[in-house]
Amino acid sequence: MSEVKPIIWIDRDYLKCSGCRMCEVVCSLRHENRIWPEASMIRIFMFVPGVEIPHLCTQCYDYPCVNSCPCEALAVDGKTGAVKVDKEKCSACGVCVNTCPGKIPHLHPNRKHIVICDLCGGDPECAKICQKAGFDALKVIILGQRSDIEKLVARTPREMTNDLAINLYGEKSEEFI
Amino acid sequence: MPGGYAGKILAVNLSEGKIGSVEPEESILRHYIGGRGLATKILWDGLGSRWEDVDPLGAENLLVIVTGPITGYIPGGRICVSGKSPLTNGIVGSTVSGEFPIELKCSGFDGLIISGRSEKPVYVLVTDGHAEIRKADGIWGLDGKQLIRALNHEVVDHLSNAEPRYGEWKEPGILYIGPAGETLNRTAAVMQKWSHAAGYGGYGAVMGSKNLKAIAVKGTGPLPEVENREEVISCLNQILEGTFKSGPLSQLMRLWGTTRNNYPTGFSLSSMPVRNWQEEWHDEKSIGADKFARRLWVKRYWADYGCPVACMKIAVVKTGPFKGAISDGPDYELVAYCGSNLGIFDPDGITYVSCVVDDLGLSGINGANVMGFAAELYQRGILTREDFGGVEPRWGDAEAFGKLAHLIAERRGIGDILAEGTYRAALKISKMKGVDVLPFAVQFKGMEVGAHGIRSGLDWTGSWPMSYALSTQPGDHGSISSAEGEARSILSDSLVYCNISYRAKPDLLYKLFKAITGWDLTPDDWANNKGRRIMQIQRAALLIGGPDVAWDPVKHDDNPPRWYDALSTGPSKGAAPKREYCLKLKREYYRTVGWDVKGIPTSDELRKLGLGDVDVALEKLRKN
Repeated sequence: MSEVKPIIWIDRDYLKCSGCRMCEVVCSLRHENRIWPEASMIRIFMFVPGVEIPHLCTQCYDYPCVNSCPCEALAVDGKTGAVKVDKEKCSACGVCVNTCPGKIPHLHPNRKHIVICDLCGGDPECAKICQKAGFDALKVIILGQRSDIEKLVARTPREMTNDLAINLYGEKSEEFI
Repeated sequence: MPGGYAGKILAVNLSEGKIGSVEPEESILRHYIGGRGLATKILWDGLGSRWEDVDPLGAENLLVIVTGPITGYIPGGRICVSGKSPLTNGIVGSTVSGEFPIELKCSGFDGLIISGRSEKPVYVLVTDGHAEIRKADGIWGLDGKQLIRALNHEVVDHLSNAEPRYGEWKEPGILYIGPAGETLNRTAAVMQKWSHAAGYGGYGAVMGSKNLKAIAVKGTGPLPEVENREEVISCLNQILEGTFKSGPLSQLMRLWGTTRNNYPTGFSLSSMPVRNWQEEWHDEKSIGADKFARRLWVKRYWADYGCPVACMKIAVVKTGPFKGAISDGPDYELVAYCGSNLGIFDPDGITYVSCVVDDLGLSGINGANVMGFAAELYQRGILTREDFGGVEPRWGDAEAFGKLAHLIAERRGIGDILAEGTYRAALKISKMKGVDVLPFAVQFKGMEVGAHGIRSGLDWTGSWPMSYALSTQPGDHGSISSAEGEARSILSDSLVYCNISYRAKPDLLYKLFKAITGWDLTPDDWANNKGRRIMQIQRAALLIGGPDVAWDPVKHDDNPPRWYDALSTGPSKGAAPKREYCLKLKREYYRTVGWDVKGIPTSDELRKLGLGDVDVALEKLRKN
């Protein structure tokens, strides 16, 4: 049996997301040294009030984004399994957005390179603040083994909204989505 | 530009279809800061010389919407909506929470000044450093939930088409009006999300009068640069630490929101409106937050940008005649005004009425106060089934009040009169029926009062019984008077932050303010100069009033007649403020805040504050 290397993963429990967006605050503080919601590697979508969706990289086992990058700007971090962006090489072409099953990457507001969660090197600020604030919507877990499920979690904000709105508001949700 | 400010305010002229921007001078910002203070300054400079002639619902009024320098850097993002108020004819700073202010600052603007009136319905779309006026044909007439759906799709599609490689676009922040604003209902709110309302002031009607359905904003920039990043982060961490550890109050706010007050405000404090304030005590346990939590809440911790307190809750009625009704909490004010004040004590019914009121874009306090007033006139036989076009607003009948809300928002039948707000409706109905109905109107200078009575003396508003009567935002439970109290409210409304989420020590607040702006601000300077200046301008505008009604301090710096009637039930039975005592307090307050015996700010006071133009404008009143 080949060696199984445990990696960390951010589990998301959408219905517990309060929409406080402290994750965007701390993510941008860490990576930009200022509060910058659109530069955050995790973004909260709220197409329907009450349906707040933390949207961030799920680290698919087969990394379609990395494999599709025409500039070789994306690579997998050997330690964390996160996707690393080489800002110099990235041409902001947007190919990785379209190969991502959840269209999760987005351009940095400077429009010069793509933004993908780097798991903060293994100790993600978003999950820490969510735990500290007591909402438990984002939680670091240890994945003993990679599987297809992480990739299934990568969904577009619209698709997730449609499902979660039904979960919260039932049949009434058809009027909101 | 001082830290915390984007430095530009959008100037939208809807009559000419033109958009520009203004850069406020640093000296103005230093003195008036933002939000309520800056809006007051902008309004007075723009309209002060002809205040009494400006029709709040005419093209000449200005709709001023501004953030503050600390907005976004402190839990609870809020924005202040103002203008000449169609309720008080003065200036009300009405704040509302949500992501709109963050998006706005991230787009490079601190606020908007909207002037003129569009020929056709429009909305304004703000993006990075840019704004445009767009047709609102497809969204005019929509209720809140429909509007948010339609505009989210439209704006996100627009942004995606403009920049297809960007990735997924988040929804914009949206301020909007419901149908009640479109019909110039004086109790219409400026709304955000489904149930967030800038309710006091009647600014939904001002927006409607300008044919402006919504303002949508999507900014991708950072929050404006601050003076001292390290210090800001250090202050923010201390504030968050306090919030997480949750002093006893934050803890309760998180668990139950203001909904926790539903039962105790009636049962323990005897200060909750019941059947148009005919009583203020009840022992209705069905109204307790615990029942809302068990039966209705599908999300117990719901927050706006940057606020880990999460005092909001989402209530959904799952079964029965009101199935599908959704509201936030409802919070205490709505439970009181869409519940107990209408004699409704069942959570499903209260959530239903709140939902209807929100969807229509009526202010849950002001618009629902009108309904309580109308229902008492029905109870007394002054208004009849015929007057209501077949609707019978009996206490406790949630379905009937849902229908009445529609009559009011759509201005059908008697709704056309009730749409003028409680005070103006009372004047009209008195004339129409030949009966003086003002004694049943529970309002202050044209504005319906918040849901915290003064008669028992047990609520915070009752610590002295002239708290609402002497406020420059009369009736506003978030800005009650006492010289210190009002200065405090003007501070939170001008820096613009949420005074529920953030109750840390004042020194930390001033430290954060300095770290952001680089300016020293002291409680003394605020109370005696800066805050006082804003308050005096607001007072002047309120007294000048016009054009339809004006206020005589002798008569109108007072509680409504009902609040001098003794409470008839509960442990505070018999309690009521004494008129002579109130008069004494009034005289003392006038002296404390530099008003003459007629309640008009004195020349000395105004000159001392550098408000010579305000002094000149008040000359006419002094001669009367």
